[in-house]
Amino acid sequence: MTELTREDVLKLARLARLDLTDEEAEAFRKEMSAILDYVALLNDADVAGLEPTSQVTGLKNVMREDSVIDYGISPEDLLRLAPKSQDGQIKVNRMIG
Amino acid sequence: MSWLPIAEIAAKVQAGELKAVDLVEQALSAIEEKKEYNAIIATTAERARERAAAIDAAVKNGEKIGRLAGVPYIAKDNYLVFGAETTAASNMLKGFTAPYQSTVVERLEAQGAICVAKANLDAFAHGGSTENSDFGVTKNPADPTRVPGGSSGGSAAAVMLDLAPFALGTDTGGSIRQPASFTGSVGYKPTYGLTSRSGVVAMASSTDVMGPMARSVDDAALVFDVLAGSDNLDSTTIERDPQGYSDNLDTSLAGKKVGVVKEYMGEGVDPGVKTQIEAAIDKLKAAGAEITEVSLPSIPLALAVYYIIVPAELSSNLSRHDGQRYQFSYDGAESLDESYTKSRGIGFGNEAKRRIMIGTFVLSSGYYDAYYRRAQIVRTKLINEFNSAFEQVDFLVGPTTPTTAFKIGQNSDDPLQMYMADVMTVGASLAGIPAIVIPAGESEGLPVGLQIMAPGRDDRKLFGVAKATEAIL
Repeated sequence: MTELTREDVLKLARLARLDLTDEEAEAFRKEMSAILDYVALLNDADVAGLEPTSQVTGLKNVMREDSVIDYGISPEDLLRLAPKSQDGQIKVNRMIG
Repeated sequence: MSWLPIAEIAAKVQAGELKAVDLVEQALSAIEEKKEYNAIIATTAERARERAAAIDAAVKNGEKIGRLAGVPYIAKDNYLVFGAETTAASNMLKGFTAPYQSTVVERLEAQGAICVAKANLDAFAHGGSTENSDFGVTKNPADPTRVPGGSSGGSAAAVMLDLAPFALGTDTGGSIRQPASFTGSVGYKPTYGLTSRSGVVAMASSTDVMGPMARSVDDAALVFDVLAGSDNLDSTTIERDPQGYSDNLDTSLAGKKVGVVKEYMGEGVDPGVKTQIEAAIDKLKAAGAEITEVSLPSIPLALAVYYIIVPAELSSNLSRHDGQRYQFSYDGAESLDESYTKSRGIGFGNEAKRRIMIGTFVLSSGYYDAYYRRAQIVRTKLINEFNSAFEQVDFLVGPTTPTTAFKIGQNSDDPLQMYMADVMTVGASLAGIPAIVIPAGESEGLPVGLQIMAPGRDDRKLFGVAKATEAIL
């Protein structure tokens, strides 16, 4: 039985940079406990001698020229997507006191 | 009003017998008339009309347009497309206008296809019902009190409502196939890597594929033939079959070895679904296919593998939505950290947050080996079992989903129950093999879809056998 605590959930939310309400934290605690319980059935699988799979194509070291492709997009086009910008740069909150 | 087969539409536009502008208007008025199904998030009307007029003018000038000349289509709203916002049905991306288009969209346009609208989906493609959309649920054309499946539910409904001759879906664990089954459309999930992921909102990068949804295997094959192939913008893409995927297919069933997946026909499968699938298998047998039962013993583990690997990958992919570079951003933050956490906390919906949390858990130090690595190893076991099965048979068949389309609201308060709807589709996703869903009758008035799977890169053969099967069902 995987029983997550409220502290576990808040720690994960912190790692994932998610601000959760109290109700969300409690709902996720229960739901995630149930989901983790379910996936625990993998522990019984016989996997002797098997390696992990992270991709299925078998491709290795796909190389390309390190060249600029002109999409016809200006820096201004991209900056317009940002919530805040100034002097041709994305503006964020102050990071250093 | 329904649509002609796609090849005929394109031929008639090229011959000047049909006008692209009229086809676009037909699609746009169908979209307006069928609004209550909520299959569409937004139209790309202005750009579609411009492109249609340009195509008609080019035809008049005697120019050759392409294999999809003037054919309207609908893109799931996680494809970057010009002419409308790309929201992935999430508040996080409301207002986002793509600065470039998906590779597959560019390929369709190069052959003369015209995007007319963006289809609804579960936000960020997380779900199997479209109930997770921040734009409201899509109704199933077969029964408006039921879900159309998901996450490509809007695309599937759009096809069945005749809003356009085809739609684009995406499939990470069944998101093309399950809605195809729930609505009675044809859905194609290609071999991983045959369709470029460039310009499509990422979910799980090791299983995401882009594919067509249509009314017939022929239509799906023609569209796929345009989409498929390697792309410099996605280094996980593979080379297309030199013979293509739509012409001179091997459509004989005689002597084809077809394996019925034992684990997909057991307990938990609705009797009405099972009856339809068994009837389809009987018809394959009558047409000369050699039917055998095949076991994939680890299939019961596939869902658990999927619900570790996919949240892990998507929690990483969704980290780019940080509230700083594009779209939703919490306005009142005092610090950068607060801006991150509030923007993500408010902008993401419930399911995205749940999956990010699970993904973060299975990747976090102390749990990585027990969950994520373990799942990757069981994934290998599953792939080995598919490989062994394909040493005995050419194709595998079974149902697509354990049940027909469920009622709106029926599963929405139990995430685990909702995940169970993916139990028959995640295997092919984890193995990266192609799978197609074609209509196989109805159970109590609701569509049932037959799923056919083939070895990786056997997409051409799969289209051939699917076309032959469609003809006898």
